[in-house]
Amino acid sequence: MITKDAEISAPVVPAPEPAAPQQWPRKTRRAWDEAPRWQIYLPLGSYLLFTLIPFYWILLFALRPAGSTSLVPWPMTFEHFEKVWTERSFGTYFQNSVLIGVATLVMTTVIALAGGYALARFDFRVKRGFLLALLCSQFVPGALLLVPLFQIFAKLQMINSLGSVVIAETVFQLPLSMILISGFIRNVPYSLEEAAWVDGCNRFTAFRIVVLPLLRPGLIAVGSFAFVHAWNHFLFALMFLSNQDKQTIPVGLNTLMSADSVDLGALAAGGIIAAVPVVVVFAFIQKWLITGFSAGAVKG
Amino acid sequence: MAQAAAVAKQPAPPRRRRGSATPRTLPYLPYLLIAPAGLLMLGFIAYPVLSVFYYSLRNFNPTKPWRNGYAGFDNFVQIFTKDTQFWDTLTFSAKWVVVEVGLQLLFGLALALIVNQTFVGRALGRALVFSPWAVSGVLTSAIWVLLYNSQTGITRYLADMGVGEYGTSWLSDTSTVFPAAVIADLWRGVPFFAILILADLQSVSKDLYEAAEVDGAGRLRQFFHITLPHLKDAIVLSTLLRAVWEFNNVDLLYTLTGGGPAGETTTLPLYIANTSVDAHNFGYASALTTVAFTILLFFSIVYLRLSKFGGGDK
Repeated sequence: MITKDAEISAPVVPAPEPAAPQQWPRKTRRAWDEAPRWQIYLPLGSYLLFTLIPFYWILLFALRPAGSTSLVPWPMTFEHFEKVWTERSFGTYFQNSVLIGVATLVMTTVIALAGGYALARFDFRVKRGFLLALLCSQFVPGALLLVPLFQIFAKLQMINSLGSVVIAETVFQLPLSMILISGFIRNVPYSLEEAAWVDGCNRFTAFRIVVLPLLRPGLIAVGSFAFVHAWNHFLFALMFLSNQDKQTIPVGLNTLMSADSVDLGALAAGGIIAAVPVVVVFAFIQKWLITGFSAGAVKG
Repeated sequence: MAQAAAVAKQPAPPRRRRGSATPRTLPYLPYLLIAPAGLLMLGFIAYPVLSVFYYSLRNFNPTKPWRNGYAGFDNFVQIFTKDTQFWDTLTFSAKWVVVEVGLQLLFGLALALIVNQTFVGRALGRALVFSPWAVSGVLTSAIWVLLYNSQTGITRYLADMGVGEYGTSWLSDTSTVFPAAVIADLWRGVPFFAILILADLQSVSKDLYEAAEVDGAGRLRQFFHITLPHLKDAIVLSTLLRAVWEFNNVDLLYTLTGGGPAGETTTLPLYIANTSVDAHNFGYASALTTVAFTILLFFSIVYLRLSKFGGGDK
């Protein structure tokens, strides 16, 4: 929750789920903790089916030969992947998407770290106004600002350069990242920093030596979030990059979808290529997702 | 900060100490730290917003430069009196947001309550049910285009089992496109709510339930008197942000249906995008944007007031 910084978990201890020893049927009922098993597995199982069928479907289309209607991807083929990677230049798109994602990650984390530190540790005149602006910016739709943004980038001669997309993605990531990071910093006791000052550190070294290591889980979560968003987002790349060799993966997918005759195998393979980095990042940050990271999920 | 500055201005102590409780701090350090973020947001959010307001009062169309110039409130008059498409897309946007957010909240709450319990395989279960959350708008569309494909999609296999007809495509039929799009967006949106609610559920004190148990409250009463009040702020905030996001988001519908069939699934932002990007009618699109922005702001304020956000007896 944006307003509840205190509840964003301490980065120091990423709240490990206590692996409580399974307690088998006790007669005393204890609230929601011990609903009957079927009340858990039945709805969860049905929801899991709804979640997983689409994933299975895309795998199926990507791995079975064109024209097959089998419900099992066997014999398995990788022709679709080869095709989208080379013929549909997903190789280039992939490279562009990685560049944009990593650059957005770095810019967002560094800038939000500086701003977050100021918000967490100082009282200054424009602070309230700045916080209000951060919150209000959540209501500004990126899509509705396409035209003025396009004009700005045209003036800066940045149309068709990946930098335009990086800037746009960073700007729209910043408010939440900054609020999150300032919450993480607030959870690091100020006395730790003060102790470092007494030992002769200046503000910067104290921050680097004492605070930064404790922020690592939070920063990883925020950075991954920025990466995933930049990777997934579609509209800025579509509008600001018109050259074929500057396009990104989501734009490539859209091209595959809106082609006259949709090549389903290629679409599925392209979709899987698009999903791989996100899945990797997702598996990586899983630990911090529920606790520290949930407040960042507001942009869905 | 004020203290820090005061200390910094004092004359240096005669004896060199190893360090002090407060390091020398420049009084403008916090401003320096927020400057990059502030400047970026000023340049790429505040300025564009203002220029949208400015263009909304003008005719501005690069393909018809002879008409460009000050237009006063003509654009707005046209929106509210002549433009039926505006009302259609606004109605659809409202319908879309209400249905999507309502269902996402309902399913998300249920899902969060379920995976908050202890059971065998919980970690894996959580990871799996939350996984669509990470999938982007375009990728969601791609997946559901495959599922809904008239030749090889799920309808074909349903038809094999005797449900429905061969060759139907849920995305190109005006009677099925809405539920089809809703389901696709639910697939990705429910995990979002579930994650937010679950995060907040973790902070409910177990003692409360035990006390309620002692007082003889059943599970339903515990839910309505402990769980739900505790979740209120989280639900209010996530519902609002999600509603704004669902209203503004164009990725999914743009790629899944393209606003069709027959404009059946065109939201207001999609209409705006079409007006500005395809029809080059920037002035009119800016006026539409201004209207959309005002509606969102008004809705947000009313919603926060009605729900007494942050206040109450919590």
